[in-house]
Amino acid sequence: MAILTRRNFLAAAGAAASLPLIGSPALAQEKIKVGFVFLGPIGDYGWTWAHNKGREALQSALGDKVETVYVENVAEDASAIPVMRDLAQQGCKLIFTTSYGYMDQTVQVASEFPDVKFEHCTGFKRADNVSTYNSRFHEGRAVLGTIAGKMSTSGTLGYLGSYKVPEVVLGVNSFILAAQRQNPNATLKLVFIDSWFDPPKEAAATETLINLGCDIVTTHTDSPAALQILEQKGLHGFGQGADMSSFAPNAHLTAIEDIWGPYYIERAQALLDGSWVSADSWEGIKEGTVVISSYNPAIPADVVALAEEVKNGYAAQTFDIFTGPIYDNEGTLRVKDGEIMPLSDLAVMDWFVKGVESAA
Amino acid sequence: MSMDFIIAAIITVVGISTPILLAGLGELVVEKSGVLNLGVEGMMLIGAIAGFAVTSMTFNPWLGIMGAAVAGAASALLFGFFVLTLNSNQVATGLALTIFGTGLSSLIGLSFVGRIVPQFGSIFPPELARDPLLKVIFGYSPVVYLALVMVLAVAWFLKSTRAGLILRAVGENDLSAHSIGYSVVGVRYAAVAFGGAMAGIGGAYFSMVITPMWAERMTAGRGWIALALVVFAGWRAGRLLTGAYFFGLLMALELYAKAAGFSILPSQFWAAMPYLMTVVVLALISMRERIGSNAPACLGKPFLPAT
Repeated sequence: MAILTRRNFLAAAGAAASLPLIGSPALAQEKIKVGFVFLGPIGDYGWTWAHNKGREALQSALGDKVETVYVENVAEDASAIPVMRDLAQQGCKLIFTTSYGYMDQTVQVASEFPDVKFEHCTGFKRADNVSTYNSRFHEGRAVLGTIAGKMSTSGTLGYLGSYKVPEVVLGVNSFILAAQRQNPNATLKLVFIDSWFDPPKEAAATETLINLGCDIVTTHTDSPAALQILEQKGLHGFGQGADMSSFAPNAHLTAIEDIWGPYYIERAQALLDGSWVSADSWEGIKEGTVVISSYNPAIPADVVALAEEVKNGYAAQTFDIFTGPIYDNEGTLRVKDGEIMPLSDLAVMDWFVKGVESAA
Repeated sequence: MSMDFIIAAIITVVGISTPILLAGLGELVVEKSGVLNLGVEGMMLIGAIAGFAVTSMTFNPWLGIMGAAVAGAASALLFGFFVLTLNSNQVATGLALTIFGTGLSSLIGLSFVGRIVPQFGSIFPPELARDPLLKVIFGYSPVVYLALVMVLAVAWFLKSTRAGLILRAVGENDLSAHSIGYSVVGVRYAAVAFGGAMAGIGGAYFSMVITPMWAERMTAGRGWIALALVVFAGWRAGRLLTGAYFFGLLMALELYAKAAGFSILPSQFWAAMPYLMTVVVLALISMRERIGSNAPACLGKPFLPAT
């Protein structure tokens, strides 16, 4: 038929192809999408719960300009890569990857999406569009260690670790160094359970530490399981990432709370203003990312005073637990008398101080 | 090593072993009837949240355990419908049940995060349950004793009752059992429901006894260990009991070695141990005919009568 000639067909197809452009909305102020990659469930009442609280703070502060999305239970292996890619492809302009084990994946996906900004929590690899951010949890550990050193009757402290990464090593060392300032003979037994979140294994490991003589156990894993075991046995411990006293009213002495909200708001605002640059942020008690929760009334007043002294020392930046002399657990002097370890050394710390009994 | 130390260590091992013993017992009965249910992990999680939810709402842990059993059985019956009535592939359906159970339990669990539940009291008087020496026998949660009683019950059922004989027959040669007049599908449904109930109670042990809280995926892969355990035990209830405590001992040893400051082997090796042991047992079974294989002959095969 004459109507359907090739020329007519091409003309009609060309006209049809332009239809979607007519239908596109006027480019009004669209919300910037901010993505979050979470290690565990937001209901873990610990690490991921705290990050989610930060996300919620961001949502309520900048909700008219920012839309947040998150993915939970992302494993720290290659399967994180498609998750990050998906967030970037969905339109996220800023993505926070909230665990150490996402380091290489973040760097890789960031190289594929140069227009998207990535922020990796607790890592140390950066790029033009990859920032790192961390919190000086070890300052909180020093406060906890002070309390533990004073209150432990056996002098053996327990530490439930996850993996041997710098963040955990720092926590261990800070904790025992602070305890040793109160009790020079304090020692620490350490177990790595190879997981950030495994309640039954955390419970079994806590029982093991207790059975080997620890009467105060602190945890670097994400669930309140350890505290529940301590409560059952009438011993003491500390909350991690959040105030966990509802799970263990008698055992819970205090907790390190992670406060991420202000940082997330600051970085999202920087993105909106166009002033975002790759940086390494490592804030602590002074800036408010590490907060010590309320003290259990069972703690004697003089111990609270010592703990507060450490905390205020950090707030005023007049105190640093990593002040020499510090020996490692093989006897070598690592930090000279009066020297303070710089943050850059702390970021890659892989040795334990004297008094730490560890298999790793 | 003092007596206190040994007693505390035993108590830890029992705590680790009980959930896999419960789930393993259920799976043993299921597999004896010829059905392979790989959905144990999912059923355990459903039981964990159901038990926690019911206890949280009724403040009665016994109702909670019953709720866990019912929920586990219900999810297993769903599996049973696909596999026994629709004759779908048992392996695939079982894996689907695991994924479904994990997701459903997380969804329901959202409203139960951060809650705590009342726990079981001891069924023995405090003089026995709290005594420093006798607590190694009398100091456990009632669920532990339930598991031990069920081992005896299942062993007796399979060996000495007519119903157990029928169940074994259905698992060994379903067509012959069918031709005699027994309802193969009916027996298998019952077995699957029992397996689900036991897995549900096993899962509830996590959320109600070990760490009385709800956290997503809190069974952390123990369902798979229960599956390996059934094979390791050669489908025998008595060996299942020793196998469960043996696996529990391995898991506790790993922790003790680390906490005491020495690592004999890398920790990933310890985590793989239960599965490695299962593979070794399988190899032994196939090498030596005297040990023989106790695997039910119809395991995993759909029942498709000619008529």
